[in-house]
Amino acid sequence: MPEPTSLTSRRGLLFGTAAVSAGAFLTGCTSNDPKDEKPAANSQPAADDKPGKPVTIGFAGPQADHGWLNAINDNAKSRAKKYADVTLEITEGSNDTAAQIGQIETLINKKVDVLVVLPADGKALTQVGLQAMRAGIPVVNLDRIFNSPQAYRCWIGGDNYGMGLNAGHYIGEKLKDKKNARVIELAGLDNLELTQQRTEGFDAALKNYPNIKKVARQAAEFTVESGQAKMAQLLQAQSKFDALWNHDDDQGVGALRAIKQAGRDDFLMVGGAGALSAFQAIEADNSVLKATVLYPPTMAASAIDLARALGQGKGVGGLAEFEIPASLTLYSAVVDKDNVQQYMATGFK
Amino acid sequence: MRALVARADVRTVSLLGVLAALIIIGGSTKPDEFLDTRNLQLVLTQASVIGVVTVGMTFVITSGGIDLSVGAIVALSSVWATTVATQEYGFAGILFTAVIVGVGCGLVNGVLIAYGGMVPFIATLAMLASARGLALQITDGKTQIVTVDGILKLGERDSYVLGIPPLVLVFAVVTVIGWLVLNRTTFGRRTVAVGGNAEAARLAGIDVRRQRLYLYLLSGLCCGIAAFLLIILSGSGQNTNGNLYELDAIAAAIIGGTLLSGGRGTITGAVLGVLIFTTITNIFALNNLQSDVQQIAKGAIIVAAVLVQRRTANTP
Repeated sequence: MPEPTSLTSRRGLLFGTAAVSAGAFLTGCTSNDPKDEKPAANSQPAADDKPGKPVTIGFAGPQADHGWLNAINDNAKSRAKKYADVTLEITEGSNDTAAQIGQIETLINKKVDVLVVLPADGKALTQVGLQAMRAGIPVVNLDRIFNSPQAYRCWIGGDNYGMGLNAGHYIGEKLKDKKNARVIELAGLDNLELTQQRTEGFDAALKNYPNIKKVARQAAEFTVESGQAKMAQLLQAQSKFDALWNHDDDQGVGALRAIKQAGRDDFLMVGGAGALSAFQAIEADNSVLKATVLYPPTMAASAIDLARALGQGKGVGGLAEFEIPASLTLYSAVVDKDNVQQYMATGFK
Repeated sequence: MRALVARADVRTVSLLGVLAALIIIGGSTKPDEFLDTRNLQLVLTQASVIGVVTVGMTFVITSGGIDLSVGAIVALSSVWATTVATQEYGFAGILFTAVIVGVGCGLVNGVLIAYGGMVPFIATLAMLASARGLALQITDGKTQIVTVDGILKLGERDSYVLGIPPLVLVFAVVTVIGWLVLNRTTFGRRTVAVGGNAEAARLAGIDVRRQRLYLYLLSGLCCGIAAFLLIILSGSGQNTNGNLYELDAIAAAIIGGTLLSGGRGTITGAVLGVLIFTTITNIFALNNLQSDVQQIAKGAIIVAAVLVQRRTANTP
């Protein structure tokens, strides 16, 4: 790994040459990896492991007080470690808007090459995204989207609407032959916009199945404790229903507890996010949980890939583009017993 | 003295009235689901964890103090008790760890307040922050799932004793002991005396500092027990456990008629307060009303209950 001080002088020296030949030169100087002979920057795939120009990526995310967010941090860190040419500057996570703005400003002042930001609240952090872009630091906006496209160079994230949609379709197909089927929803934290989007998608999918009616919806707080409490109430309120969609696998741990405690097994449950415990339950096939809709935390690893490509001026492998895309939405695949093996390794604790 | 007893009775009766009104509302909106044995079991189970915390909180508030750290202590106790290392020791290991961590946090609170001369608000606020931080550090944001079978069984139907869930039994025992200690022992009288006038209590020969230390220890102990109940209930330990318990416990104690300024406390009232909150949540969920409405209603109930009390009890 080159020293930051020598990096700046080398940058000056190499000013005006193609980005990758600079990268190749630096690689030749600083690394034992095979020398990269490719001449043109844009012919390089972003996910290429071949070392290029050193890139310092600043990463700012919310407090990892929840399984999925913790998995986001892990994914970002382990992917950055894979690249010899990437230095990751990671800030302490915070759910406080002011604190997160301060952390991103610190990263801007440190003059990182690229910023990856998963804002606790996308709208509230738009200004600091703009500030970074104006300072010449491209921003990869991860998941919770900024208010203005000017505040980021690239957005990558999950599809909350699609998550609801796919959960709804999965349940719809399972119940399509059932007359007067009843479905209930255990939603996530209602303060978050993403919860509303998940519900909208779910409702939209159910419209395709006139035999199915959503009879109840309760919001929990993405925690095991709230999942248990709200699910226990829902089970009491609905003596008979056919399917349950639970927005989040972490609160699903609590929901499954409540279902076990109530001794119920007369319905099918679909989870959300893709926790390891959910995958294991699906594989074991000994509970009501039959499937989960992904909201993959691997998006953080992809964000590091994109940030590195941005820093090295590359495009994305396989796409006929010279630059990385402006936005990428991940697919919310449904994982059930048939394909759970394939996804097991991505399950987060 | 007789007037005081009468006042307390009026307060209890008005709380019972609120609870009765709620039961009528629940029974008329959802007769099948609400007036069902399983629902009664559910409401009492859900009241248990926060109920145990509230008993401890009532003692602290009666003495003129406050404990803002209860939710964080529940979180820390629950995650410490559910670490893989602790689970190796099974049921006893988890119970012991939960209680010891609770008592340990209470001890720190107590020493800071009684002997360090810190204001309870500040000392327990500091505990809130650091216990939550430590809980996050221990779990690394992950949910710690309990695999000890004996613990999981306790939350399930086959463990019910004469139809009463074990959690509810613990809650009942804690409540009865709390009531006896506050109303029938020297410790209870000292607690009220310290809360009424600490200087007068000191002159009357009460070791005010030691009394305060014991009270925060007691609150910590209740948090440890509550954490254990929560582990049984949710089958896991998570750093987000006990979220906002401090506010719920304070609200229940105050609704019950415990004076925030100290000198008067009622366990019966506090437990009725907890039951009122849990019943509201239950009725709202049964009627499929959303959480925003629930929160507004909760706020309104707090205001209404305190206003009614001021009217009926005619005390400031």
